[in-house]
Amino acid sequence: MDPLTWTGPLGQILDPALSVIAPVFALAVLVQIVMSVASAGERVVTNPDGTLSSSGGAYGMSRMATKWTGLALVALLAAYIALGAVGGPGLAGIVGGMSQQLLPVWIALIATYALSIVYKRKLGLYGKLFDSTVGMIGFGLVMFWVYAGIMAGVFDWITTHDSLSQVSGMKNKSPGTPLFGAEEGEYAWYLLGGDNLARDVFSRLFKGAWVVVQIAPLATLFAFLAGVTLGLPAGYYGGRLDTVLSFIANLILAFPVILLFYLLVTPEIKAAGIPAIMGLVLFLFPVIFFCVLLNSRYRTQPSVRTPLLIVVLGVMLWGYLSLNTENGYLINSENFKLPGLPTWLDGINPDPSVLLVFVSVVFVNAPTVFRIVRGLALDIKTRDYVAAAQTRGEGPWYIMLWEILPNARGPLIVDFCLRIGYTTILLGTLGFFGLGLESESPDWGTTINTGRQLIRAYVHPLLPPAISLMTLVLGLNLLADGLREESLKD
Amino acid sequence: MGLFILRRLGVMLLTALCLTFVVFFLTNLYPNLEKLAKTQGNFRMSEEQVDTWLSARGYTDNMFVKYGRWLGVAPGWTGTTTEGKEIAQCYGVDTPVEDRPTFCGVLQGDWGFSLVFKDDVANVVAVRLAATGKLMGFVLLVMVPMALIVGVLAGMREGSGLDRSLSTFSIATTATPEYVSGVVFIALLASSKFGLSPVLAEAGWIESKTLFSGSATKAVEDATFANFTLPVLTIALYGMGYIARMTRASMTEVMTAQYIRTARLKGVSFGNIVMKHALRNALIAPFTVIMLQIPWLLNGVVIVETLFNYKGFGWLLVQAAGNNDIELLLAVSVVSVVVVLITQLISDVGYIFLNPRIRIS
Repeated sequence: MDPLTWTGPLGQILDPALSVIAPVFALAVLVQIVMSVASAGERVVTNPDGTLSSSGGAYGMSRMATKWTGLALVALLAAYIALGAVGGPGLAGIVGGMSQQLLPVWIALIATYALSIVYKRKLGLYGKLFDSTVGMIGFGLVMFWVYAGIMAGVFDWITTHDSLSQVSGMKNKSPGTPLFGAEEGEYAWYLLGGDNLARDVFSRLFKGAWVVVQIAPLATLFAFLAGVTLGLPAGYYGGRLDTVLSFIANLILAFPVILLFYLLVTPEIKAAGIPAIMGLVLFLFPVIFFCVLLNSRYRTQPSVRTPLLIVVLGVMLWGYLSLNTENGYLINSENFKLPGLPTWLDGINPDPSVLLVFVSVVFVNAPTVFRIVRGLALDIKTRDYVAAAQTRGEGPWYIMLWEILPNARGPLIVDFCLRIGYTTILLGTLGFFGLGLESESPDWGTTINTGRQLIRAYVHPLLPPAISLMTLVLGLNLLADGLREESLKD
Repeated sequence: MGLFILRRLGVMLLTALCLTFVVFFLTNLYPNLEKLAKTQGNFRMSEEQVDTWLSARGYTDNMFVKYGRWLGVAPGWTGTTTEGKEIAQCYGVDTPVEDRPTFCGVLQGDWGFSLVFKDDVANVVAVRLAATGKLMGFVLLVMVPMALIVGVLAGMREGSGLDRSLSTFSIATTATPEYVSGVVFIALLASSKFGLSPVLAEAGWIESKTLFSGSATKAVEDATFANFTLPVLTIALYGMGYIARMTRASMTEVMTAQYIRTARLKGVSFGNIVMKHALRNALIAPFTVIMLQIPWLLNGVVIVETLFNYKGFGWLLVQAAGNNDIELLLAVSVVSVVVVLITQLISDVGYIFLNPRIRIS
């Protein structure tokens, strides 16, 4: 079987068009940038400072050029993807093969966008996102990786080969190489080539996406719960509590992140039980948060509160203990042992190395969230509705969690998006230094770390995870930008 | 003002003490010490041998006593090895009795001995810090002007085409961590098989095989355009986006101010408004951001020095942490913590000096 080219037979028709349109588009963008500074237009517009200037003219023409070549470029790329999804590798080469494998993702994305745009007026802030181009692009990039991660990780759909199995003769082979000795029913190519251990780069890329899509949002959520639980009282009460908590937060923030990772994520520290203790502390915050949240709301209705709290507290405590218990112990170090849940009750058993990475990422992120929440609480506690609640005789936790927190949601949602991106970068950093996750883990950071040894000879195992990480973080940043823009419009 | 700085210095000292104690505690946990004993003694030591090796060198004492020794406020350890030889922390066997000091710690200027580099920690850190200083200097030289120019150009006409393209560019740079941009740069510019270099080499435009070098090891002594560009560019690009966005935000705020409007109504040209009226006020906020960005650069430095094999402070940190070289690691963390705290102090004090509204009241 012949090796695949990047765009296959379809490329013979579309590639020349692409090689014309792409440079023209780049040129048009450049001209537009120059024109926006150099030329005066013909239409009069009002500036934010109340003065007038003119637009249109030469600048307007360059803008039209950018718009139309840009549209043509997008249409062309869509044609590659759509025709590739239909025709597969036979019609459109590697691009077609990938597009065909990603078919469920395309369907999910189109369905999401169609539904969201139809109902966007009924969906609050999420719906408004579809008014901003930047937000839509960002959301698309993020959802692409979310869908791809879930479909590859849970349903095993997108991947073409097992992410760990090695095929002899495929070591460092370039993209599109036919599988050496492929059997019936096996996917016949390594779409993005093989890595230095002869594993399929394409399949590992999407298995790696699953690792990131699982850990990053969840770790950010835990960091937020810890930051909110501590930041609200620090800002609301102030005084000595604030001084102590802020000092501790600044202490953690003064540490270089990489040094902290090196200190926390080593087998020796793990043997000493430090991560287990940190896990015990950090995972306690969600339990406290939800109990206080519900208690402060239903305090005046004991008939509702008591059964509700028993159920919620019971489930969360079980989750808490079960998450922290490893082989029947909460802490299992040489000179100190703390027994946990018995094995038959221990339902949640995450991989210890993943848990370690998770705990350290939460630990690094929580102080920043604390500072943001504290600042917001300091600002909001002077508002009239807080004074009104105080006059009504509401408890301090009710005011913090049901008056201040909902009113701080705008900046917090924006920061949540940015922080998921930052967590993704941190996870990659850990992988890059070979800390925490096992060396055969398909996550992007670890793949970059293993690939960089051979970087000058083989680039193809390295570039896909690098570019994927970039697009995901870029998507999250654009999404946060769109959300910020739309939430400021009210 | 004096009191403010004094109080900040006090908090700084407390923070530095707490942080070094945390590092000290984590590096002195028993499993780490056991590993240390086995690498320094021999790998087949039994548990008792490990214990005697450690207790002869004072490692099994109370954590606070050990920390006091490192600081130089507790007397250094003395002990006898299994062969009956006298050993001590502060002096060798052949030091005359009257010259033997009791204390030897950071306060006495003794930073200890690096087990990995077989040299005094102070020497090792000084050499590597100089190398990183050079790298950081070039990074700041590239990053700050670029970020300010991008930010000011984007912020002077909010919502224009220029603003949109430059803002997208700065978002893209903040979304690209050093290990991604570094890898992409090496692939595109420093690979002899891929990217630009083979094309240029074929055309005869460059003499060497690659346009840039993917390794910066030689740049410590002899930095050239070919071996120093990529590391500098990699760090500068990631740090740049954030400063540019802050500058843009500050610039757009200034451009909507009343005095700018007055100046325009008086007929001052746009160029003059930006250069003479807006710029000075718009640059106060970015100063703080630049100062607070320096500790962030430290992270980038560790990644880039590892990726490009540039033997500086970041590379030292990785070596010390990877080999649990306790005293070296402590010195490294002291230096990085001091950098963080001093830049925070400078940014606070500088903000007060730069901002006339605070300075005069």
